[in-house]
Amino acid sequence: MLALQILANGLMLGGLYACIAAGFSLVWGVLNVINILHGSLIVLGAYLAFFAYTLWGIHPFASIVIAGTLFFALGYLVQSALINRVIGAPVLITLTLTFGLDLMLANAMIVGFKADFRKLTLDPPLGSIALGEVVMPVDRLLAMALALALTGLLYLLLAHSRIGRAIVAVRMDREAAALMGVDVRRVYAITFGLGTLMAGAAGPLLAMIFPISPLTGPAYLGKAFVVCVLGGLGSVPAVIVGGIVLGVVESFAALWFGPEHAVTVSFALLIAFLIFRPTGLLGKKGYE
Amino acid sequence: MGGARLRRELAIAAVALALVAALPLSGDAYVLRLGTTVLLYAVLAMSWNFIGGMTGYPSFASAAFFGLGAYAGAVAQSSGMPMALAWAFAGLVAAAFAALLGVALLRLRGHYFAIASLVVAEVLREIANSATDLTGGGMGLNLPVMSALSIQAQAVLFFYAMLAVAALNFGAMLATAHSRLGFGLRCIQQNESAADMIGVNTTLYKTVAFTLSAVFVGGAGAIYASWVNYIEPPDVFDVLFSVKAIVMVLLGGAGSLFGPLIGATVFLGLEELVWRNLLQIHTGILGLLIVLLVLFLPRGLLSLARRHRSAAA
Repeated sequence: MLALQILANGLMLGGLYACIAAGFSLVWGVLNVINILHGSLIVLGAYLAFFAYTLWGIHPFASIVIAGTLFFALGYLVQSALINRVIGAPVLITLTLTFGLDLMLANAMIVGFKADFRKLTLDPPLGSIALGEVVMPVDRLLAMALALALTGLLYLLLAHSRIGRAIVAVRMDREAAALMGVDVRRVYAITFGLGTLMAGAAGPLLAMIFPISPLTGPAYLGKAFVVCVLGGLGSVPAVIVGGIVLGVVESFAALWFGPEHAVTVSFALLIAFLIFRPTGLLGKKGYE
Repeated sequence: MGGARLRRELAIAAVALALVAALPLSGDAYVLRLGTTVLLYAVLAMSWNFIGGMTGYPSFASAAFFGLGAYAGAVAQSSGMPMALAWAFAGLVAAAFAALLGVALLRLRGHYFAIASLVVAEVLREIANSATDLTGGGMGLNLPVMSALSIQAQAVLFFYAMLAVAALNFGAMLATAHSRLGFGLRCIQQNESAADMIGVNTTLYKTVAFTLSAVFVGGAGAIYASWVNYIEPPDVFDVLFSVKAIVMVLLGGAGSLFGPLIGATVFLGLEELVWRNLLQIHTGILGLLIVLLVLFLPRGLLSLARRHRSAAA
């Protein structure tokens, strides 16, 4: 029954990974920008939830909405004021720019929040439920459900809203979209805003489960890389598949090789996928 | 015209080499430490220039080569290999690793290549962390202490060792720039498919560039390990080595011969003037520098000189 329990853990983790990677994949796919800031933005969202809960008793679920709104504005500003200025430049330039921004944000968080690990502990705790012999903590289960719900909302937004269709159009063919009257720079800013929103919303979910520290940003960024490469770039379903595969693989790798090697296994898988199947499991061109 | 240009470049390099080689005459330990550091930075920047500047591949693998060289040198020395031989060995290990890795990774382009090269250092760090028998794992590794030489004499030795690596590295860059290889690499940077079509063996050329970007960094990593006497995985596999290499080249001017040297010198100057006094926000200031550089001076300091000259003409 151990295998079933590990599988359940992997699935719960996988839902969170999908949510971590959704915004990152959107920005990469539409803007062709690797947003190195993504990991630190998630941590910032987690801190927001931590302080909202410990200082004012605001539940992390409510923080998702608050963080999402604030982070959308932040992302919109960063894109329109900074990244849009070099959006046509080679890959190295945009990558280096977000790296620089990330160094600033990570450093600011270390100064502001200290590098200590903190933990958001819900009072009263939510407990756990047992399904046969498989035990599932309710906070993890809820976090996974919300993570998948958020990722699903992003899918609906992209597939059915006017702005979502504009984003998809820009991804498919920027020039043609511009000719059809789409304001490409504004779409870029909104897309980056949405990516940042997803990072900010993932923060409170992770805060309920994992310890929070500015030092964890790169780890979340690494998860986003792996999920995008495993699933394939460019669509919400690919992110969900990639996230769940990563969650399950990591859980079993921790069981078989020891938890300290779980990350190494996932990175080795990343390199193997890049070499042998760079389009990922669901790789196809175009968004949705 | 090619000959005159080569002579001028050699003359500038010889003057710079003579000036730097005279640094130990000051007898000041601080000057010597700065000198060794700037040479290390110059090696990082010049090496990255092969793959990033000339070939146009956004490599983040410098940290992997540096750490691999540091560990190869340290392990070799611990098992009794003479120091100078261990440094050369480390360079070769890094080069062999890069050649093998290059065959696999250089098929990727753009972001995919960048991410793969970034992850390599992470994987090596985790391996160094867990191979406790060989590397000491997270406890780090102490290098044999040289009791025969005074501290000052050791500092001079490491300085000249680093200078030798930097000079070799510069020579390799100069030779590449004036050869078929350099021409081929520039073709790849401008349009890889076209280069392939007109008969440039792109796979071979890219792999050679990637290997060149590793060999000197590996050697410098081993010298660094001997110099600081103690290494641990997060220290030598630090992604900032990769980032700094890129920033220094961008600062000086990518793809040019003297750009990496100017970038390394200016970067160390900034680091000493600004960072030393602001330790708490060290990386934040580095981030700010990167953002300003990318937004306002993406072609580097040398482009300013060029713009000035063409405005005057």
